[in-house]
Amino acid sequence: MAETAEKTAEVKPKDGLLSKKNRKLLIDPLDGNNPITVQVLGICSALAVTVQLEPALFMAAGVTIVTACSNVVISMLRNSIPSRIRIIVQLAIVSLWVILVDQILQAFFYDVSKKLSTYVGLIITNCIVMGRLEAYAMANKPWPSFLDGLGNGFGYGLILVIVAFFRELFGSGSLFGYKVFAAAGIPYMGNGLLMLPAGACIIVGIIIWVQRALNGYSEDH
Amino acid sequence: MQQSNGYVITYTVILTLVCAIALALASLGLKPFQDANKELEKKQNILATVMTIKNREEVKDIYKKRVKSYVIDFNGKMLEGKVAEDIDVVAEYKKKAQERQLPIYEILSEDGSKSEYFVLPVYGFGLWNDIWGFVALKGDLNTINGVKFEHKGETPGLGARIATDEIQVRYKDKKIFEGENLASVIMAKGELGGGDASVEAFKGKDHEIDGMSGATITGKGLTAMLKDYLGCYEKFIKAKKAKS
Repeated sequence: MAETAEKTAEVKPKDGLLSKKNRKLLIDPLDGNNPITVQVLGICSALAVTVQLEPALFMAAGVTIVTACSNVVISMLRNSIPSRIRIIVQLAIVSLWVILVDQILQAFFYDVSKKLSTYVGLIITNCIVMGRLEAYAMANKPWPSFLDGLGNGFGYGLILVIVAFFRELFGSGSLFGYKVFAAAGIPYMGNGLLMLPAGACIIVGIIIWVQRALNGYSEDH
Repeated sequence: MQQSNGYVITYTVILTLVCAIALALASLGLKPFQDANKELEKKQNILATVMTIKNREEVKDIYKKRVKSYVIDFNGKMLEGKVAEDIDVVAEYKKKAQERQLPIYEILSEDGSKSEYFVLPVYGFGLWNDIWGFVALKGDLNTINGVKFEHKGETPGLGARIATDEIQVRYKDKKIFEGENLASVIMAKGELGGGDASVEAFKGKDHEIDGMSGATITGKGLTAMLKDYLGCYEKFIKAKKAKS
């Protein structure tokens, strides 16, 4: 009795909402398959919007929402999309979500939307979004696609926040606009290099180096 | 799988329609919020030329309490029935100077008894695109209390610096009249050090401020914008000065 019960239990939940396979979709892009540091996608915006933490967080949220929602829609349509125009269909869906995010930011987070300026619109060109649609959503069910989108958004956001943390802290001596060094009584002159995109490039490089030293990833294999 | 052309075309049409309708609805629904933000930002910019705004919440109250706004024409005549906040400065900028409707935002003192500052909108063209802002004159209608500039597409790090405090603070305490002549304030070419050094270097000069290195044409645009718009307000200012 016990044995048969166990067997059916084993077969039945082959794909729970957060089964091992699905959890992997969420967690993998954070480290082992990170879109920025491993796949080296989405670098442009990672350099542009990471001068301060706040816009970086909103950008991360924006990309996550767009990737996840576009993944779901494309996944639902995947069997009906004519293969000859699939890239255009994907673009249309991505643009739809990007414009929605942009409009909502303008309505409720005006300051942030001004800081992000054109970069919200440029989420459309972020290779991560299109990459996930082509590589995953076109061939998988909506729920796993949603998780895949979330995971990749988080992986992107994680790097963005790390870069922004160092840039804001050492570039302007503050975190979320709060003057950390001044509050601690330490005189600190901001590092001008970190305020420039070049500084972000260096930080991204260091992150990639540290990550690969830790997990032994190499392009060769 | 190869679909027929009819299927592809129908698919495209339906997709386009669905996306367009969704976006149109979102735009309609969100427009009131976006407009409210823009209006608040304008009020904040007006007030920022004369005081430090700590948070956005207080802008509405202060504006309501201390700003008296009205519209004049080129000859300094009050235009009755016009609301300064509703004047589209961009549309007015495109007209000839003599035909423009000119809003004025008068900032009253804390107790509301006298007018402390006069804030004038200005609009012009930089290197790549439009530049605009507000100039606040002190009660003597001659000394600049502060300016606030914005731009649409000046080069980051060069012309875009006009939107920063570092450049704007250079206008403080400059004079726009030299005797009876409208001399305006001219931005020099080249830059003497930037930051405080730039303010210090032009301290004795009433009508000139330090330039922006690498952004001479944006600087010329600023100079032309001030000259153009202060010229529009000249008759009003002179009449007002003669009265007091």
